[in-house]
Amino acid sequence: MGSEFVPLTLPPLVIATLAALACAAPGNFLLLRRQALLGDAISHVVLPGLVAAFLLTGSAAPPVMLAGALAAAALSALMIEAIRRTTSADPGAAMGATFTTMFAAGVLLLELSGASATHLDVEHALYGSLEALIWIDATDWSSLLDPAALAGLPPELPQLALICAAVLGLIAALWRPLVIATFDEGFAATQGIPVRLLSAALTGLTALAAVAAFSAVGSILTIAMLVCPPATARLMTDSLPRQMGLSLLIAATAAVLGTLAAGYLPLLMGLPFAVSAAGSIAALSGLFLALAAAFGPRRLPLSRAA
Amino acid sequence: MLDAVLNALILNAGYNAALVGLGAALLGLAAGCTGAFVTLRRRALTSDAMAHATLPGIAVAFLLMAAAGGDGRNLAGLMIGAGLSAVLGLAWLDSLSRTRLPEDAAIGATLASFYGAGIVLMTVIQNLALGRPAGLDSVLLGSTAGMLRGDAITLAIGAALTLGLLLLLRRPLIMTAFDPGHARLMGVNTDLTDRALLLLTLACVLLGLHVVGLILIVALLIIPALAARLWSDRMETVALLAGAIGAVAGYLGAALSVALPDLPTGPAIVLITFTAFALSALIAPRKGILAQTVARARLRRAAISGRR
Repeated sequence: MGSEFVPLTLPPLVIATLAALACAAPGNFLLLRRQALLGDAISHVVLPGLVAAFLLTGSAAPPVMLAGALAAAALSALMIEAIRRTTSADPGAAMGATFTTMFAAGVLLLELSGASATHLDVEHALYGSLEALIWIDATDWSSLLDPAALAGLPPELPQLALICAAVLGLIAALWRPLVIATFDEGFAATQGIPVRLLSAALTGLTALAAVAAFSAVGSILTIAMLVCPPATARLMTDSLPRQMGLSLLIAATAAVLGTLAAGYLPLLMGLPFAVSAAGSIAALSGLFLALAAAFGPRRLPLSRAA
Repeated sequence: MLDAVLNALILNAGYNAALVGLGAALLGLAAGCTGAFVTLRRRALTSDAMAHATLPGIAVAFLLMAAAGGDGRNLAGLMIGAGLSAVLGLAWLDSLSRTRLPEDAAIGATLASFYGAGIVLMTVIQNLALGRPAGLDSVLLGSTAGMLRGDAITLAIGAALTLGLLLLLRRPLIMTAFDPGHARLMGVNTDLTDRALLLLTLACVLLGLHVVGLILIVALLIIPALAARLWSDRMETVALLAGAIGAVAGYLGAALSVALPDLPTGPAIVLITFTAFALSALIAPRKGILAQTVARARLRRAAISGRR
């Protein structure tokens, strides 16, 4: 690791870790509520929201992007509900119909309007572009203490740090009611916990994390981090606090190792390039899950656990 | 521009455009019919995971064929790679479903990790600059450029085989979807039937790779079926209607994208399919929104005048 580590590898590394943490935390509750694919749906529908917001306002400022993405997420929630009502289809089919349509609309809008002038393009949506988030002003580790250089950090970094802190903080603050409502909604309601509001809050948190992560790292990493680390942790322990802690640890490990592997493994193998960091983090988190599914102490369903 | 679109629609934009339109129509027909059974059996998202799981296999097949000195974009080779990798993905999905994880988490995890591995390999291909990388990108969102006569014939044969199998298996498929317990009592091997349905779905995914792309192919399975369900309750009718909707959408989408080269084929076909669904939801007799509104208004009038 030479002097290029700080400007080229450190920012993607930190950004990937923040995105992974922000997604994995709400993912734990989604997993237990059997809503694991909510994040999948949201990260697909974010695309048309971002493009439409950009086309309407001409601005790619974070608040505009966030508003567009949340609007698209809300619209698709309505679409899923409407499709379920009219066709009496199962939620999976209604969800699949909605997110493919929204994603198709996003791609068409992008291709036909030439909005690719922003950092958004189809490639970004499909592959993620973590490695494009470099810190040009940095020279070496001492830049971390240099205010002039710090000002040149990719704007995604402070944004994601803020959102990651907000997501983790809110989950910590709502911990008790969230846990009770997740395990036993009926009991929670009798205790005066506003279960529907809480469920909406969880969806909102997921959307916030997914939107922020999507803009920085693309959809694949978002989906992987919402599902894989919580699922891996679930196969290791019965305690929800421990599951939460483990999932955050696994998410961070996958993000760090995945970014490093994508950047340096091909070089070590003698290939003169780097591969997609988002893809390698997602694949690595899948590998962790495979290990847990094979050896995890709590991998069996209750009925078959001895 | 309008001329170009019209010409493409009436098969008048040249031999290649006609070929592409017919190929996409056959794909839509096969996917629509198969999708009717897939949605009935509630396997919509399983097929999405399967489609995403084809990516690493496609990339490996491309690399192997290019390393052997051949054309990395050979369709048959890509389809074999895609099929093997999808089967691997399904096997992993199956083993994850045997743990305590709920099925939706297993689906999401399979989709994300296979697609992630695929993207890593795709960036390897891009960086090695083997052949034109643009040629392989078309498996993600579909393209009608560069479809050859052989590809169209592959589509035709594949669609015919799929439809033939569906016709043969329609009884066990319907019984398994409606009531697996009862189907087993009646001597239907439901495990085998489910496997056959997965195989048929895989065939549609593979056929759709170049036209619609692996990200959106699931739309061509689900949406026509949802639209068809609004018009009929009879399974055979629903399947045929879904096939017809898929065929028309495939044809229109492909023709449009031939006429307007900036238009990506997959998204165009998906949006046309969804338009068909939205129209059906509005005007279908009995289940459509208009019919429901009229029925409710009539009920209210009857209630007010006291005649029931």
